[in-house]
Amino acid sequence: MAHFDPNAKPFTKKWLNERLAIETIERVMSTEYWIPKNINFLWAMGMVLAATFGLLLISGIFLLMYYIPTTKEAFNSVNYLIMSQVGYGWLWRHIHAVAASVVFLIIYIHMFTGIYYGSYKKGREMIWISGMLLFLTFSGEAFAGYVLPWGQMSYWAGMVITNLFEGFSKDFLGGALNFPGLVEWIRGDYVPGQAFIGRFFMLHVVLMPLAIIGLIVLHFGALRIPHVNNQDGEEIDFEAEAEKWKAGKRKESKVIPFKPVFLSKDVFVLSIYFIFFFYLVFYHFEFAMDPVNFDPADPLKTPPHIYPEWYFLWSYEVLRAFPKNPGLVAFGFVQAILLVLPFLDRSPNVAPASKRGPFKIWFWLLLVDMVILTILGKLPPEGIFTILGKIAAYTLIALWIALPFITKAEKPIGGR
Amino acid sequence: MKELKILAVVVFFTLVTYWGVEPYAHSVMHKHVEGHDFKYPDINASKVKGNAQNGKNLIASCAGCHSIKSQGIKAPMDVMNASATYGVNPPDLSNAGAIFDEKFLIAFLQNPAHTAKAKPNFAMPPSAGSEQDAADIVAYLKSIAPKEITPKEAYVTACGRCHANSYGKWTQIGDVPKTKFNIKTKNDVKLAEFKINVAKYQDKLADYMGKLPPDLKVIVRARSKHFLETFVEDPQSHLPGTAMPRVGVTKEGFEKIYEYLESTGDPSKAKREKVGPIVLGFLVIFAILAFLWYKSQWKGLKD
Repeated sequence: MAHFDPNAKPFTKKWLNERLAIETIERVMSTEYWIPKNINFLWAMGMVLAATFGLLLISGIFLLMYYIPTTKEAFNSVNYLIMSQVGYGWLWRHIHAVAASVVFLIIYIHMFTGIYYGSYKKGREMIWISGMLLFLTFSGEAFAGYVLPWGQMSYWAGMVITNLFEGFSKDFLGGALNFPGLVEWIRGDYVPGQAFIGRFFMLHVVLMPLAIIGLIVLHFGALRIPHVNNQDGEEIDFEAEAEKWKAGKRKESKVIPFKPVFLSKDVFVLSIYFIFFFYLVFYHFEFAMDPVNFDPADPLKTPPHIYPEWYFLWSYEVLRAFPKNPGLVAFGFVQAILLVLPFLDRSPNVAPASKRGPFKIWFWLLLVDMVILTILGKLPPEGIFTILGKIAAYTLIALWIALPFITKAEKPIGGR
Repeated sequence: MKELKILAVVVFFTLVTYWGVEPYAHSVMHKHVEGHDFKYPDINASKVKGNAQNGKNLIASCAGCHSIKSQGIKAPMDVMNASATYGVNPPDLSNAGAIFDEKFLIAFLQNPAHTAKAKPNFAMPPSAGSEQDAADIVAYLKSIAPKEITPKEAYVTACGRCHANSYGKWTQIGDVPKTKFNIKTKNDVKLAEFKINVAKYQDKLADYMGKLPPDLKVIVRARSKHFLETFVEDPQSHLPGTAMPRVGVTKEGFEKIYEYLESTGDPSKAKREKVGPIVLGFLVIFAILAFLWYKSQWKGLKD
């Protein structure tokens, strides 16, 4: 039985400690949560993502108060009610739209940082996997949200993406893998309509956010035991280094406490990020709000160009580069393969790509190829763009197939 | 410094991606149409000089269809009958001299369908016997035009009989009336009647134009200003075969119309420009303080 001091005044530190262990929590979660000292600003991307998610949540709550999820009212509730009748509604909407786009930029930076420094290896596999699950749930969340303003792109992107669930074409295996009924089941109608908007509204404001919050907790939890990686992939004895810090050897210790030392750098990076972010919100928001979506949804008029938001373009281009059936396989492959990256990298080295020989070339090829796929994903599939798209898609698949062989052949660094 | 080098790499790849998916992709997707600054180079300037007094005597031929409310000339038909007869309500001419181009109007009066690049079923017939008559009528319209018109007046005269603007509470037959519902039944018969008239008008308009012209409530966010400018100047340049006529507004007339469209489609622009500097100013101060905190915490941590 725990001991409670009968003389402790309510809500004093002692009283709270006995009931909630607040000092222990603070110590474990921040003042004695050890972070390597040898890091750069890319290590602040997690905090930047958390802050951006916070902005999405807060702005989303304000938008939710006025948004009307019906085919008749959705467009006007966003473009008229929120934009001109609700005080600062325009600000919440622009924050929400810009954050939804920028959050993916930061996710990609965060992902490529992890790949570059090998931060998914040797005990850090669950960090990577939970992070990739977050990427998938964020993708679902973004897609569901994109449907809600019920503009032309909402409608037609909703049409195209739900069509993917039809599976393989009818002539393949006698149509055994063709599920037109599944598409109707998902839409609740033959075409996107009221049931569709209601379902995606629910997904966007309840189910996906719950899943995301749960996964964020898992993602943070996954960091606790293996600790954060560092710029050189050095294996640090965190307990020994923490003792050095506590003994006042701040210079010799290889670690710093989360609060206040790591936090001070995080906050500085955040402040620079916020300047960039709010510059976009006030002066350059068009990139996050496609003009086509300011035409109300019209089932009788297909827009000449249908494309997803920029963060889906690379996988969309892989889908487009092949005929229907192989396209679906390739699309599924490039998505799912990311989840198992920790097991494809066969090298024992945890080190920045620059020190890993052929892996260095692999990393930069992957990055450049994904940028090329992203750009081609938006361009109309004509002439040279089709050919380049095919080459880039094949390259991406080849890179992933080559990864185990490249890393297997990699020389161990420093005899480890 | 190493961190700045890393930042440069991140910024480089971000900018390349941005350039590819935004400016470059859009330049490939949308053909570029060169504007002519509402100069209408395909129409020759009229050599005759118009006489407003003669124009006034000729105006009766216009008043057969058009109202000129500022001069006390009423329309021969109400809006519903006009739409049933012509497919579209002929515009009031009080402001015509203020927003339409002079040489365009002179050519238009002589050969409306051709000048407007409209369909052969264009409602307005050739209405001036000679270039001199046309010039006289235009001179008269110019003489009665107000010096300054509001953005909404420009929109109503040039666009508003085909294009509703529901965020501006404008329908093709006029402003949505302020009505009161019956407190016992919650019915608003006056509004319902108005809506029936709008529906009837729109059906006639759709028959005349081939489709219902779009509500322009938020068109400024859906199309760039350059697109709207060049489209209004010559609809065929973007959409060959479109039923939309070239309306012949002047540069100033277009700016007025655009101002109105911006007020309904992007009403937060002024507030955005006011709040932006305050937020960014705050964040710059925040960043300076954050930098000082960071420096104080990391002092003496590294060799």
